[in-house]
Amino acid sequence: MYSQVIDEQPVSSDELNAQEALFQEKIDNDIKIEPRDWMPDGYRKTLIRQISQHAHSEIVGMLPEGKWLTRAPSLTRKSILLAKVQDEGGHGLYLYSAAETLGVTRDEMYLALHSGKAKYSSIFNYPTLTWADIGVIGWLVDGAAIMNQVPLQRCSYGPYARAMVRICKEESFHQRQGFEMLITLCKGKPVQKAMAQDALNRWWWPSLMMFGPPDADSVHSAQSMRWKIKMNGNDELRQKFVDVCVPQAELLGLTIPDNKIIWNEEWQQHDFGEVNWDEFYNVLKGNGVCNRERLKARVDAWEDGAWVRDAAKAYAVKRQRSSSL
Amino acid sequence: MNNNIEELSLSLFMGDNNLILSHRLSEWTGHAPVLEEELALANVALDLLGQARMWLEYAAEISEDYKTADDLAYKREIWEFRNVALVEQPNGHFGDTIVRQFYYDNWHKLILEHLYQSENERIAGIAEKSLKEVRYHLERSAQWTVLLGDGTEESHNKLQTSVNHFWPYALELCNTNTANSGFDDDLASLSRQTWIDSLSNIIAEATLQLPETEFSYSGGREGIHTEHLSLILAEMQCLPRAYPGTQW
Repeated sequence: MYSQVIDEQPVSSDELNAQEALFQEKIDNDIKIEPRDWMPDGYRKTLIRQISQHAHSEIVGMLPEGKWLTRAPSLTRKSILLAKVQDEGGHGLYLYSAAETLGVTRDEMYLALHSGKAKYSSIFNYPTLTWADIGVIGWLVDGAAIMNQVPLQRCSYGPYARAMVRICKEESFHQRQGFEMLITLCKGKPVQKAMAQDALNRWWWPSLMMFGPPDADSVHSAQSMRWKIKMNGNDELRQKFVDVCVPQAELLGLTIPDNKIIWNEEWQQHDFGEVNWDEFYNVLKGNGVCNRERLKARVDAWEDGAWVRDAAKAYAVKRQRSSSL
Repeated sequence: MNNNIEELSLSLFMGDNNLILSHRLSEWTGHAPVLEEELALANVALDLLGQARMWLEYAAEISEDYKTADDLAYKREIWEFRNVALVEQPNGHFGDTIVRQFYYDNWHKLILEHLYQSENERIAGIAEKSLKEVRYHLERSAQWTVLLGDGTEESHNKLQTSVNHFWPYALELCNTNTANSGFDDDLASLSRQTWIDSLSNIIAEATLQLPETEFSYSGGREGIHTEHLSLILAEMQCLPRAYPGTQW
């Protein structure tokens, strides 16, 4: 998930040579590209942006849910949430490692995030206001992530595809946990159900935005599709997501905050309302409720931890010296 | 009169220490200096939470006032908590958290090794399961203590300040001269000196010095805490208190 708007590197005509033709042929034949294989510069750079954006989203994504670790209402829920947030950190780690195989360091990726050059998913700039948000994030946000990521298990770049296999397994578990939590809330007291409805009202539209802008406005998708680092169109996945969520909301007894949702017999899918794309672009620009807070938390963690990293380096040098004596 | 007063007292003491320290460690989520440590801190928090649950489940079984581990965690008043002041102390910087953990892990390992020998099979079982995790916790906090103590001048100075700062709080772990603790025999087996001895090799390797002061905080086992615990409980218990009798 979490790679909503990727600026691709344009391919220059002099790169269209035999090497590139061979590269494209491998991709067309579903042969994985591995770190030491030749690859066009544009492929490498686009992948670095895509994978690092995904990694950043995982670690920034720890923040909104992390806020509820200290307020989880039972010991079981506390354990589940702690394990989940830890999994997200683990996903960040696999993804940074996958990106590193393309010749970029983790520190360089962090600096790009901290300077605002690299993005993370817009969804994490929304606040978690009640305990029900934790359930809805599992159901919708992890649900949307799975929708995006399952196809990426078959993407052309080996390390990314393999990282995605493990991530998808865990995300799917998180999604089920979130849904189960909502079942408990919706079967509970009226105030708990109201809490769940309020959370759905706030998270529904931002979740649809996770798939990125409409295909018609997503001008760079074609090359990524040829390279098989983007496997499906944004609109196709968004539609699939809505179709999956509508009956799930019915099961919970919750109302999706879109009065245009209706089953279309002819198309065998749901019609639904228009996403507010102005809001989406505004949040991407940095004007979401929590953009500043999220980025500040990451920058502070990095800067406050500088002395620890310096000490680790100094200690490693000392150890090396003493072992070479 | 509860016939299991000693076991109850012990399991609340062990459970509360783990629960509150886990709470503090979970506050690091998203804020650690390196990603690997983000995962390790959450991992230790999760282990301690799991251990807290085992102790509190046992406590709930023998308690006459509370029925479940959740009741004990979420319904008790501050004066009913039995943890030491050390685990309530704010995380501070990463070195503070490491030193607090190093002191705790050393004590935790020693007390569990003792409890593992208990004739009470339930206590011995929880201790055995916990020990596997705590040995790893200690390995990690000891490694970081050495690395930061013997890293740069800045990290050394920070760590020495942390070592001094947490000392009187940590001494409470071995404070056996407390009335009504209910398990003096178990705790008395772990003297202050045994615990100090367990620290000394790592402290020396880290080029740090243990303080000479003998002042120790006390009162945790009688329910007298620092102000920090009231804020921790206000946060931790907010939902069950706002919506009593609700399933989550």
